[in-house]
Amino acid sequence: MSERPSIENSDSHPGILVAGGDWTLANAQALLALLAAAPESAKDIDGRDISRLDSAGAMMLSRYAVKVGLGLATVAVQPEFQPLTGTVQAICESPPRTKRRDYGVRQMLGRMGYAVEDYTRESLALVGFLGLTLKTGLGVALRPARFRLTPTVHHMEQVGLDAVPLVILLSFMVGAVIAFLGATVLRDFGAEIFVVELVGIAFLREFGVLLTAILLAGRTASAFTAQIGAMQSGEEIDAIRTLGLDPIELLVIPRLVALVVMLPLLTFLAMIAGIGGGMAVSVASLGITPEMFITRLQETLEVRHFWVGLAKAPLFAVVIALIGCLEGFQVQGTAQSVGERTTSSVVQSISLVILLDAFAALFFMEMDW
Amino acid sequence: MSAVDQETPAIQVRGLRNAFGSQVVHEDLDMDVRRGEIIGVVGGSGTGKSVLMRAILGLREPQAGTIEVLGVDALSEAGRSSGVIEKNTGVLYQNGALFSSLTVAENVAVPLKEHYGELPEDMIQDLALLKIRMAGLGEDAGAKLPSQLSGGMRKRAALARALALDPELLFLDEPTAGLDPIAAAAFDTLIKTLQRALGLTVFLITHDLDTLYTICDRVAVLADRRVLVNAPLAEVETFDHPWVQEYFHGPRGRAAQAAQAKEA
Repeated sequence: MSERPSIENSDSHPGILVAGGDWTLANAQALLALLAAAPESAKDIDGRDISRLDSAGAMMLSRYAVKVGLGLATVAVQPEFQPLTGTVQAICESPPRTKRRDYGVRQMLGRMGYAVEDYTRESLALVGFLGLTLKTGLGVALRPARFRLTPTVHHMEQVGLDAVPLVILLSFMVGAVIAFLGATVLRDFGAEIFVVELVGIAFLREFGVLLTAILLAGRTASAFTAQIGAMQSGEEIDAIRTLGLDPIELLVIPRLVALVVMLPLLTFLAMIAGIGGGMAVSVASLGITPEMFITRLQETLEVRHFWVGLAKAPLFAVVIALIGCLEGFQVQGTAQSVGERTTSSVVQSISLVILLDAFAALFFMEMDW
Repeated sequence: MSAVDQETPAIQVRGLRNAFGSQVVHEDLDMDVRRGEIIGVVGGSGTGKSVLMRAILGLREPQAGTIEVLGVDALSEAGRSSGVIEKNTGVLYQNGALFSSLTVAENVAVPLKEHYGELPEDMIQDLALLKIRMAGLGEDAGAKLPSQLSGGMRKRAALARALALDPELLFLDEPTAGLDPIAAAAFDTLIKTLQRALGLTVFLITHDLDTLYTICDRVAVLADRRVLVNAPLAEVETFDHPWVQEYFHGPRGRAAQAAQAKEA
């Protein structure tokens, strides 16, 4: 039933091309071959023999006509196809199409520009969001009746209590690994006992808080983003606003407070668990008794290490909560957007936590604390 | 397109029965859609307009009956696996159902790549662009994501995707729902223009009386589990059935009639 499309010189009228057959999408390959073999020029094209024509065929016919120096308007077709050729001609042959397809340097520069702009905007947004949250937080502090206790406690449970086993397990393992590493190096000097200081200082100053913050950045920031993002795409945030409620007060403050309270507590647990891990290794393979370990810890470790470590916890908590919530508010409608924002919130909060920790380490070292 | 018989009706439904558990939606339903017509399908909520469309499209297996689409038995395994129906039908879902992670141009290119993957990439791009412009969108709309478009533009983008394969048969599920009256009127005109230009057969589910009066050749009324009447509008208006009378002679029906009379 299908006829191959054709176009050839008329026998009786030289210079006139006669098109026939089915000019349809199903025959697109054959049409492309015809187009490639089109002559330089022609006086006229006669399309009255075309038996079937669809918009893809009409587009090819238009291209053919343009290629031989004519336009689709001059091609005669069956009256039933005239509305179609009219529509396609108006689209294909009206203003010369501007094709801007550039996969080269310009596009790379453009993307770099967009990336820089994006980062700038995100940084500004974070600072702005911090200000907004502080302002709202101050308002709530002045009028404590506005503080929402129930959601805060709920988030405390989700953020803090539910994370306890994970934090303890991972800190214990890392503590054990550090003790092993230290023992291997220190044994050469006959100074295995210094493992106690190594594990103690490492966990009190850095690893306790850093491990907890990274865990919560992965666990909690993503949850905050997904929760608020889903609300954003379901227009719940808009509903909150139109009901005269403040989404910051309602959603951000409880999460922020929960995290600021729970992160130091988890950090404390992580310090204990990490030192516990170090002690377990010392007892098992270095021949240090638990009593020796604890006495040594008490004798050599100053309490300032503990405060240095713990002081960083609320700062990290603010960073994680703010980024998690802010990314949630920036979700736009689609499912993909929720995924992108969640990824972005985890990446941002982990990197920022590590960056801040590095600066803090420098600062405390210079201050001799 | 080659295997399609020109003489038979575009859609022929016989003795269709659809039921959800004990709730029967269609019972012994017959319906014909002629080639090249725009048929408006109306009916109250819950009369199974969408169920009928889903059954015709093969998205839902009916309990009994036969459905022929473009002369192909839509319910047989052979008819389904031939791909004739998929290649020759385009569907505009109520909410557009555009893939939210692809741009408009990529959305339109999806069916082309699936069914005509051997075509060169730039040809597919050009075809996608042609459809986008035929649907009345600017060229720049092609690079946008569905979420960046307004409701009316999203419908047009979805229409462009429905037209991608140059189908003979176009299904529209409430195309003007959620559009403002001006956009709805423009969309009606667009459908009529495209139907004429491409020689489409259109199966149109609608609640919009203005759409019925302006573009439909025939109207099928679904009620009492079957197609009550399937005829040109003038005939349907006079049909003696309480729902039909209320529908066409209620305040909204009269307003649409008056508007149509003024235009004519």
